[in-house]
Amino acid sequence: MSRVRRKIAPYLLVLPGGIWLLIFFAVPMFTMLSLSLQEGDIVTGYRFTGHWQTYTEAISAYQTQLVRSLIYGVIATILLIAIAFPMAYWIAFYGGRRKQTYLFLVLLPFFVSFVLRTISWKQILTDEGPLLQPLRDAGLISQAFHILGTPYAVILGLVYNFLPFMVLPIYVALERIDPRVVEAARDLYANPATTFRRVIFPLALPGVFAGVLMTFIPASSDFVNSEVLGSSDTTMIGQVIQTQFLENSDYPTASALSFVLMAVLLVGVFSYARILGTEDVMKVAAR
Amino acid sequence: MPASNMSDPTLLRGLTQRRFGRRDALRLSGLAGMGAALAACGVQGQGTQAPASAEPDAVAKFWNGKVKNGTLNFAGWPLYMDPKRPELKKFTAKTGIKVNYQEVIQEMGPWFAKVQPQLSAGQSIGYDLMVITNSFQFTQFRDSGFLAPLDHSKLPNYAKNAGEAYKKEAFDPGNAYSIPYASGMTGIAYDESKTGPITGLADLWTNPKLKGKVGMFSDIQELANFGLLKSGVKPADSTEDDWEKAAQELKKQKADGFVRNYYDQSYIEALGSGEVWATQAWSGDIFQKNLSDNTNFKFIIPAEGGTIWTDNFTIPVTAKNPVDAIMAMDFFYEVANASTLAEYINYVCPVPAAQADMRARAAKLSGDDKDALLDVADSKLVYPTAAEYAKLHYYVSFEATSEQQKFQKTFEPIVLG
Repeated sequence: MSRVRRKIAPYLLVLPGGIWLLIFFAVPMFTMLSLSLQEGDIVTGYRFTGHWQTYTEAISAYQTQLVRSLIYGVIATILLIAIAFPMAYWIAFYGGRRKQTYLFLVLLPFFVSFVLRTISWKQILTDEGPLLQPLRDAGLISQAFHILGTPYAVILGLVYNFLPFMVLPIYVALERIDPRVVEAARDLYANPATTFRRVIFPLALPGVFAGVLMTFIPASSDFVNSEVLGSSDTTMIGQVIQTQFLENSDYPTASALSFVLMAVLLVGVFSYARILGTEDVMKVAAR
Repeated sequence: MPASNMSDPTLLRGLTQRRFGRRDALRLSGLAGMGAALAACGVQGQGTQAPASAEPDAVAKFWNGKVKNGTLNFAGWPLYMDPKRPELKKFTAKTGIKVNYQEVIQEMGPWFAKVQPQLSAGQSIGYDLMVITNSFQFTQFRDSGFLAPLDHSKLPNYAKNAGEAYKKEAFDPGNAYSIPYASGMTGIAYDESKTGPITGLADLWTNPKLKGKVGMFSDIQELANFGLLKSGVKPADSTEDDWEKAAQELKKQKADGFVRNYYDQSYIEALGSGEVWATQAWSGDIFQKNLSDNTNFKFIIPAEGGTIWTDNFTIPVTAKNPVDAIMAMDFFYEVANASTLAEYINYVCPVPAAQADMRARAAKLSGDDKDALLDVADSKLVYPTAAEYAKLHYYVSFEATSEQQKFQKTFEPIVLG
């Protein structure tokens, strides 16, 4: 009896998550796949015709926005690593008793809604706002200079909004490093730079990898930052999908674009994992 | 595809044949189950388009046996009624109908997308009365048969008090499905202290002071209207060639560096913060902005012309309390109620007699209150004169969804960049 129960137990444990995934992931995905192959319009209804040309049409019509989104995503992710790694490093190794406080401070802004925080940046960066107007009055920037509506503003928004998702995984990875490993490196006459390069950084890689997954994917498909901080020249693919779904009720195009974006991101993530040798990375993480 | 080709039976057969062929191929390849399952996910529509004007007996068919239930669920827009809801309180006191007013509609596209599935399935959307704009989606609502035909015998105040222009709107001939809630104009708002005087659309294209400081709407229809008016075409009369020309005009405006950005409702903040100095704008917004933030933005109808749009009372065909809804519609056409509503929202009032009512009420007040109310009563944005109406044009109206899609594809690249 108890043996049977022990056999079933793992399946029972996976059941809630499994059902959740089935209802809220698998079914909607399937519906979207179907939608992307339908033809018609919202008034007379959409019917399944296997019209795969929607994909090619959508790609050729919106490739600019797609490529732009990926570029923004990559730039934002690189900047995130550059900013988050030193932060996490400092908290993990020099945070002392206040580590938890510092981590809390990193998270603090995120108790305010995502959209509100982004709008606040808009207030700060606006043409006649607290940042630019003094500079303009001092004659340091020209009348026409502006930040809002440029790619810089959008990438800044992305970096700001996704920072904790990069800091936390890197912090966790660094925190787990056994101090004795670092001491051993020193004992073996490695200087601080070599210790970092050959010991600490490789051990922190699983954190960086997790951080990249958690930031690159949402940053590339984000539609809020560009909507609020950008202009028509910074339109990202997420905005296009949103417009097609909600404004134009063009469900097939929107669904097709969603799948294209997903495919591109998957390919990107897998090739990235391949280059980094994720299996090794994950083995280190699992230890 | 020209409409004449559509009726060619051989072509039609050819199309369906090929379609079946593809499905057979799927079946053969062993993906039949998958294919059938995919096909089962179709989005329901109405199948056929309802006629633009209701069948003569449609009104009787809908209204027969419908009675007052004492409840009304009213779907409105943010900032489109005094937050204390004085008119609705008065309505409840007078009729005993309890009103649940919700500001759930913020944009037409999302609203249509939200309620379309329920309406298609013949289910109630939870609202008996909704205010919708005469945009693409109005036509979609009407053509899908989602709007209840109105029984005008239940609308005596509308018949008596509505202005002539509000009884013959092109988007709903004979007001078969809708009567206006309020109208508004799309024109140019600007900060005169920075720009100097502005007279028309030409300024938004060539005035050197405005380089990089012009705001345009991201709404395709509003944007296209200005492009069409700039190229000298009335939107309502425009053809596909005109759309192409207008799109060229708008692309030139962008390429010449005049456009700072394409805005939704956020154009107001952009104007307030100095991000833009002149922008496409909706009349009531500017009036309210000046009043609430003590700014002094100017609003003009461009010399080349502006547009007028109308937000309309409509009853979803699945409404549970249509009698209560139509009573509320007529209630807003009592002069006193139209007058207080316009006083708060500052959009064009479809009841001309409300102007005299406002003046009469102002006469009884004194000081600032009097001045404020007289400002509204004398505002050409709330009560346009014949000269203003002459400069205002209606929107492009589409006969078929394909035409609308073509329109959208023509102008969309300008906004998406």
